[in-house]
Amino acid sequence: MTEITHHISDHLLDAYVTGNLPHAFSVVVAAHLSLCDACRARAEAAEILGGALLDRVAPSAMSSGAKERLLAALEDTSPPSAPIARSGIFPAPVMQALGGQPPKWRMLGGGIRQQILSADREGSLRLLYIPAGRAVPEHSHGGLELTLVLQGSFSDSEGRFGVGDVETAGDEIDHQPMAGMEGPCICLAATDAPLRFRAMIPRLLQPLFRI
Amino acid sequence: MHHGDARPASEENGFLSNDKTSPTQPTLWLLAVRDRRDRTAFLQLFDHFGPRLKAMLIRGGLRDGSAEDVVQDVMLTVWHKAAQFDAHRAEASAWIYRIARNRRIDLARRKPPPEPDPLAEPEGSEPDAPQILALGQEASMLRRALEALSPDQAKVLEQAYFEDLPHSRISEMTGLPLGTIKSRIRLGLERLRRDLKDLRQP
Ligand SMILES: [Zn+2]
Repeated sequence: MTEITHHISDHLLDAYVTGNLPHAFSVVVAAHLSLCDACRARAEAAEILGGALLDRVAPSAMSSGAKERLLAALEDTSPPSAPIARSGIFPAPVMQALGGQPPKWRMLGGGIRQQILSADREGSLRLLYIPAGRAVPEHSHGGLELTLVLQGSFSDSEGRFGVGDVETAGDEIDHQPMAGMEGPCICLAATDAPLRFRAMIPRLLQPLFRI
Repeated sequence: MHHGDARPASEENGFLSNDKTSPTQPTLWLLAVRDRRDRTAFLQLFDHFGPRLKAMLIRGGLRDGSAEDVVQDVMLTVWHKAAQFDAHRAEASAWIYRIARNRRIDLARRKPPPEPDPLAEPEGSEPDAPQILALGQEASMLRRALEALSPDQAKVLEQAYFEDLPHSRISEMTGLPLGTIKSRIRLGLERLRRDLKDLRQP
């Protein structure tokens, strides 16, 4: 596997660590942290700061009886079941978003497949499968798009993205990612606004993308 | 409970004997919970973090009663997940902050937040006392740097970590004079990870 060269920006990482990043983007960040030791260390450093802030906050007294309640709960509760773990190319956060099941792909035409993992008003999350050498229709978006490569690679005007790399695209970017020739590219993408496709036929496809 | 009871086995090789350079007291309590299911240490963690967690949650918009309920949830998670605490990579306060943050997200979104793959440590590896020590030293420098911030600067951080800070304001955090310490912590954690990988690939 090649070295990861495209990472999470400070801004997004701070938003993630402090719990201010919408769900779809948090899944992409958590999946990248699963693959990238450098960004995991950055996130942990930011958490140390969170701990230091917690340590110095002016305490607010717990009500009497809180301790007894806690001790009673220790007896009554059993440990939570282990969370869904990673499987194959999918890190744990992706397997959790998949509900522990393998992807159920939907054909989008041109051999491209996708599965929508979540969609709410703050953003949507999906897995994309792009056959080797195939391009995703040229598109731009109204907001932020984060794309993490899980298998293979893609290239666009911003460079080449291999396994573990994240592309952060703002609304200024018109890009047309093309999968590498070495094999199908599978990636995880979060967007906070509907994709807008340029070419005519892809626009007809857009309802299929459902985002 | 005597303080010495909670000290990790790694202290016996002398790295952590100096009080100034041993892990924080809460980290020692959490290690006692992890290694010996020590209830006295657990209640000490509760006495220390309960009121602080409650204050943090009230800052985040919860009312008194719900804040206490969430503190209970967080402390139960601390008890049940203590085995996952790694003193090489976090202090107790950071680890507990993360649990509280996740619980807050879970409640707000009605779905658990994604969590990165757990790091697999090599079997039977000894605690790396110098790493634990270095992390503790950097963390106390971070605490001193926090004290030196202006009230406005500290407020931005507290808003981000305890409340909801709009995206547009997150970048204000990057400009604060804590960057150097944070990157030293990051480098230490990265180095540790590389060492562990080397250990696993003989
Ligand atoms: Zn990274």
